[in-house]
Amino acid sequence: MPFDWMKIPYSLLTLFIVVNYGFFLNALIQKMGARAGRRYGIPIWQNYVDMIKNYGLRSSITHGAMFYLGPVFRLSGGVGLLLFVPTIYGSYMFSNLSFAGDLILALYFIFFGTLGMALGAGESGHPHAAIGVSRGLAQVSTAELPFALAVFAVALQYQTLSVTEIVAAQQGGFLQWTLFTNPLAVAAAMLGFLGSMMRPPFDVVIAPQEIPIGPPTEYHSAYLALMQTNRAIFPIAKIVIYMNLFFGGASDWPTFFFKVFLIYLWSAFVGVVFPRFRVEQSIRWFLIWAVPLGILSIILV
Amino acid sequence: MKDELKIRVVKGPDGVEFEVEPLKDYYCEAAPTVMPAAYIKVVEDLFNWARSESIWILGFGTGCGAIEMRPLMTPRFDAYRFGVQWRPTPRQANLFVISGYLSTKTLKRAIRSYEQMQNPKYVIGLGSCTINGGMYWDSYNTIKRLDDYLPVDLYIAGCMPRPEALLAGFQDMKKLIRAGKAEGANLYAENFEWYKANQKRVIHDWDMPDYNW
Repeated sequence: MPFDWMKIPYSLLTLFIVVNYGFFLNALIQKMGARAGRRYGIPIWQNYVDMIKNYGLRSSITHGAMFYLGPVFRLSGGVGLLLFVPTIYGSYMFSNLSFAGDLILALYFIFFGTLGMALGAGESGHPHAAIGVSRGLAQVSTAELPFALAVFAVALQYQTLSVTEIVAAQQGGFLQWTLFTNPLAVAAAMLGFLGSMMRPPFDVVIAPQEIPIGPPTEYHSAYLALMQTNRAIFPIAKIVIYMNLFFGGASDWPTFFFKVFLIYLWSAFVGVVFPRFRVEQSIRWFLIWAVPLGILSIILV
Repeated sequence: MKDELKIRVVKGPDGVEFEVEPLKDYYCEAAPTVMPAAYIKVVEDLFNWARSESIWILGFGTGCGAIEMRPLMTPRFDAYRFGVQWRPTPRQANLFVISGYLSTKTLKRAIRSYEQMQNPKYVIGLGSCTINGGMYWDSYNTIKRLDDYLPVDLYIAGCMPRPEALLAGFQDMKKLIRAGKAEGANLYAENFEWYKANQKRVIHDWDMPDYNW
């Protein structure tokens, strides 16, 4: 099959829209969290300003090659996740570079950023970074387990590894969504979702009050700005996967914005209600509550 | 000098013995340099605007004034709406609030933290203790004028200033930054010798490199 070069500018357009929506949505969710705590919260454009400030710092220091590559890996994890999954179903412009086996690649990309972060944080030589990233990896691994199980259940259910075909199978009314055809898998995945959104109760890894801010302890200026950019892309890219697998995908941008917002709101909603777990508590929680659901969903399929 | 800072021979896990000189190997000793502003004025103005609207404070409380910073995170004062937030690590912080009296022991840590912050960085002296010693004016163990040891951009006077005074101070700080007048980091680099001489005059057990970032 010849490569369609027009896909590249279209994918970049998707990326541009998603970055801006991600910045907007992050601030909006932070603001909602603040309102739940009866604060006014940050201005809606604060994340942009922070990013410009960090790019504009005059000095920066490095700890070696992996210290550079950590944020780059992280960003490429987010961008890769977004680009290899169809953002808008049925649209030539926004189906990106999706291909037949993209579901497996997506699973890989979700983990990729964290691994890159581990290398970078290790290189920085700061003990807080090393502790933080080992805690982060432990938590992300257990949060990925129920999600991976749910993905396998869904792949078995639709007999395909292509996200586009899974979305296609869910068309024709919301009762066709995986949410209703395979509720156990969705429940397991949504519990796993909480663990990777870096919001309470599972945000102990980067919480300023615990091990000071965890993996990014040594990161500053442009390195940090890269990671902030990824912070805008990655949640949206991850939600796009969830939307495609479980909630029928989106066939136009307004539906996309709405569904992504609602799925994001789920983590924020849980976050303002429940206090923070310690890492071993959250691991136990995932293993006890989320993983059995995932296994059950596979058995039932 | 402390034992752990002395030159020693270490045996690695692969059996190779090598010499470790902690002051040289664990720190970088290169002196600070003056960092020029962006060449194009519009760009520097944009950066200055962003810096003023995104002030990240180092979460390091030095004296009794630290207790006045905590209410700023609460619903009553909520400094976040002004773009002010706290960072737990000096690498990511831009503003160092010296909150009250500074004992010589804490001064050592304050210097190390300040030097690890990235240019441009700002210092606010909170309370009268940072201006002239305040009620500790005759103490043997606290510094009197903060400006002798770190380049201060702004003072917030009072004993103690209320959180509202801090908020007003942040607004003044923003005006300074936006006008490009908050160049404390470059001032520190230009007058490095003078600052170091002052610091060493009060810190007697100096067991760190002259500049450690």
